[in-house]
Amino acid sequence: MKTVIAMNDSDEIVKEFVVESYENLDRLDRDLIALEKNPNDREILASVFRTIHTIKGTCGFLAFDKLGAVAHVGENLLGRLRDGQLALDREITTALLAMVDAIRQMLASVESAGVEGERDDSALIANLTRLQRGSEAPAKTEAPAQLKTAVAAVGAKLNERTAAIGKAPSPQVEVAKPVVPAPPRETAATTAQSDSGEAQRAPQPGRGQSSGVSVSDSTIRLEVGLLDQLMNLVGELVLARNQVLQFANSSEDGGLLATSQRLNLITTELQEGVMKTRMQPIGNIWSKLPRTVRDLALACGKQVRVEMEGKETELDKTLIEAIKDPLTHIVRNSVDHGIETPEIREAAGKNPEGCLALRAFHEGGQVNIEIADDGAGLDQERIRSKAVQKGLITADQVARLSDREIVNLVFLPGFSTAEKITNVSGRGVGMDVVKTHIEKIGGTVELQSRPGRGVLVRMKIPLTLAIIPALTVTSGGERYAIPQVSLMELVRVESGGNRQRIEMIHGAPVYRLRGRLLPLVYLNRELGAGSGAAAPPNQPENVQANFAVNIVVLEAEGRQFGLVVDEINDTQEIVVKPLSKHLKNISVYAGATIMGDGKVALILDVVGVAARGGILAEGREHAAAQAADAAEKGAGDKQKLVLFTGRAGAQMAVPLQLLARLENIPGEQVERAGNQWVTQYRGQILPLIRVSHALEERRRAAGGDTLKLPTTDMLQVLVLESEQQSFGLVVNQILDIVESTLQPQSPATRAGVLFSSVVAERVTELLDVPSLLRTRETYEPEEFPPPERRDMNAEHVNADRAES
Amino acid sequence: MSTAHQFCTFYLNHLLFGVESLKIQEVVTYREMRPVPLAAPAVSGLMNLRGQVVVVLELRRQLEMPDRAADVPPVCLVVRAVEGTVCLLADEVGNVVEVEDDTFEPSPETLSARLRSMILGVHKLEHQLMHVLDTDQACEVAAASQGQASGA
Repeated sequence: MKTVIAMNDSDEIVKEFVVESYENLDRLDRDLIALEKNPNDREILASVFRTIHTIKGTCGFLAFDKLGAVAHVGENLLGRLRDGQLALDREITTALLAMVDAIRQMLASVESAGVEGERDDSALIANLTRLQRGSEAPAKTEAPAQLKTAVAAVGAKLNERTAAIGKAPSPQVEVAKPVVPAPPRETAATTAQSDSGEAQRAPQPGRGQSSGVSVSDSTIRLEVGLLDQLMNLVGELVLARNQVLQFANSSEDGGLLATSQRLNLITTELQEGVMKTRMQPIGNIWSKLPRTVRDLALACGKQVRVEMEGKETELDKTLIEAIKDPLTHIVRNSVDHGIETPEIREAAGKNPEGCLALRAFHEGGQVNIEIADDGAGLDQERIRSKAVQKGLITADQVARLSDREIVNLVFLPGFSTAEKITNVSGRGVGMDVVKTHIEKIGGTVELQSRPGRGVLVRMKIPLTLAIIPALTVTSGGERYAIPQVSLMELVRVESGGNRQRIEMIHGAPVYRLRGRLLPLVYLNRELGAGSGAAAPPNQPENVQANFAVNIVVLEAEGRQFGLVVDEINDTQEIVVKPLSKHLKNISVYAGATIMGDGKVALILDVVGVAARGGILAEGREHAAAQAADAAEKGAGDKQKLVLFTGRAGAQMAVPLQLLARLENIPGEQVERAGNQWVTQYRGQILPLIRVSHALEERRRAAGGDTLKLPTTDMLQVLVLESEQQSFGLVVNQILDIVESTLQPQSPATRAGVLFSSVVAERVTELLDVPSLLRTRETYEPEEFPPPERRDMNAEHVNADRAES
Repeated sequence: MSTAHQFCTFYLNHLLFGVESLKIQEVVTYREMRPVPLAAPAVSGLMNLRGQVVVVLELRRQLEMPDRAADVPPVCLVVRAVEGTVCLLADEVGNVVEVEDDTFEPSPETLSARLRSMILGVHKLEHQLMHVLDTDQACEVAAASQGQASGA
């Protein structure tokens, strides 16, 4: 029984094959009938041929030999018909229909028992073969009568063939039957044959069903259009639900309230259910990639292994379709350009076999897809020169770009660094198309390159396009929705407060957000709407003096900016309605939606708003890019640093990128938990470390008055984040945030310090934050001050200061 | 030989206009609409038509007429245009009239090309002329002028 396929191994594939084939066969029936009426319709003929070909191909793959054999002769016959060497007549049609029936029976058997069943199709095969050979006879005309004589002429040949095929009834018997039996009878004949043989396993249709629900009954195929329609209706329902809820909440009627709550619940479940029908695992499109990679690697003389993680990650069907081509393109690029030949790899000390890793996971309502290769990485020099050479950018501009920006030049239209155009890539229609495609569906794509270590392409794709969570804001008296995906945080600058202000850089308004300058865009001004509460940016004084300013911090293409709006309302799920053609070319809108009160609100396109506000064009904000790159850069690069003094007034610094916030924490809020000083911070427990303590006291004997935290003073705390941990670094005084070239000018003199350098005209120690964290864990416990000594802390501070 | 056509009529700046009645989905009273900043001048805004977001075009602006007085509420003609449902604002709705082909005369050359594309011609009614409006064109032009606006 070599045809037995372990059902648990390829269960899924077989199931799919069966369902698909049933459908194909049904279509085949129709097509064949249509074809008989109109034998010259090449389109139908081609379709029939393709269908049989597909079945045959899959049979070969799944080792259904008998099925394959039948399909094979059928395909041969159809091939001749398609090529015009044979004309379709009733006899051929009948034979083909008989073949369809035979295949159907075998499928039924496969479905219920996993095997085709013991059966003998040699008569059918012989008949099909005979028909196929019909035209090889000298007579050119293909009238049925002549066909039969022709068949007789090749009778001898057939004899040999059928003998080879197996214990077949004499082909002459078939030939001698001038009137071809009608399909049902033919089927009956084959069934009878298989029954009379040792076909114990060949199930009757009835038997197959009694053993359980068959695959083709438990799944159905649907038009995606139908699902789209359902989705739209659910969208409408969500809107109606929102409106009903709003009414119900203002009503006193308990019954209405209860009913509307129920409606709310059901709608949510329905929405999820319908969304689920459209979800597909990303593995569906990934499964084709190993083959692509293999062929490509072979063609390029490379060895590439594909690794996949998160195959089961699901996303909307339409999105799956939309990312298929971009994904293939990136993979091709990686194999063609990224991964080196085995010789080069070995020379570089790498595994000669390159690795292409695909990863998919859900994060924050988005699907992240990463394609990483361990190849040579991008050649920045070549990108630079190529971009200039192609006139995409001037030499001056190139010189000013950061590494990250250079790498992302490959997304410019018309860019390709390939030296020679291969059939794989290099025609310069590459990454820009990828980018446009991904952005069209509301996703983002970015690229990170590490020279010698490979390239990582990261795509962020929304889960679905139809219903999204959004923040609603008001500007110029009208409401707008901002997709939650781009939202970073909300900041309210209270009026009159002069500590945190909106400042101007040569007319461009900025806001200091945790020491970083955040460019501001005034929604009212960008939209040219009526003047709202937010003052025009050329009068920053007004802003501070009279109004509180609401800033929505958004991220567009990796750059952060603040959108100033009149009012921030709330977040809610909105149903995205596409804009009509009249409004589509206004880039600041992504769509429209209907709010709970039935009014229409516009959905802002964050990238469009940023572009209009000049954020993306001018590239004012490099901070984010720099922060991301800083970790990878050498010490010679410019870095933003937080300067502060530790004990004894020595100036120290930590990289700004590790800093989450600067805080003043009243001493009374410091508590003790276990062996640590901690404070409650934003609903979490934040461990506190004294910089003076961590650095200096380590070498001294533990104990003494230096061990206590002051309890009465305001503590200046840097909230740092390192290795996924937050902790507060208690310093003497926070000085400034500066951007400086960090050049190690003197090696570290003590543990916890990376090196010393001159920053802002003073010798500054750059702290090694991860090591501080580790030392805290190892030595904190034994040196904890007894609780009763806390009262002495105040004096301790003074002593500390006196020392400096 | 002439065929009868049914037209829905409406008034714009005291002129009688007609649209083939099959093109009109419905006529609704003016309701609050959502203005769209940055859109073409002819785009009055967006309207919630039973859960559908429909773009509203001001016909007066489309046809290069002076704006309607602020205190006169317009009526909304919901028409089926090529690219979906569009709402056109007019001053007042008139009767449904039936006309024969032989009363039709194309627009004179003295009209600008843009207007001629929207106003196909006039039917000579007993007391006045009824301008025949091509709704597809009337919606189309807005898109084109929008393209210019954003391109500029």
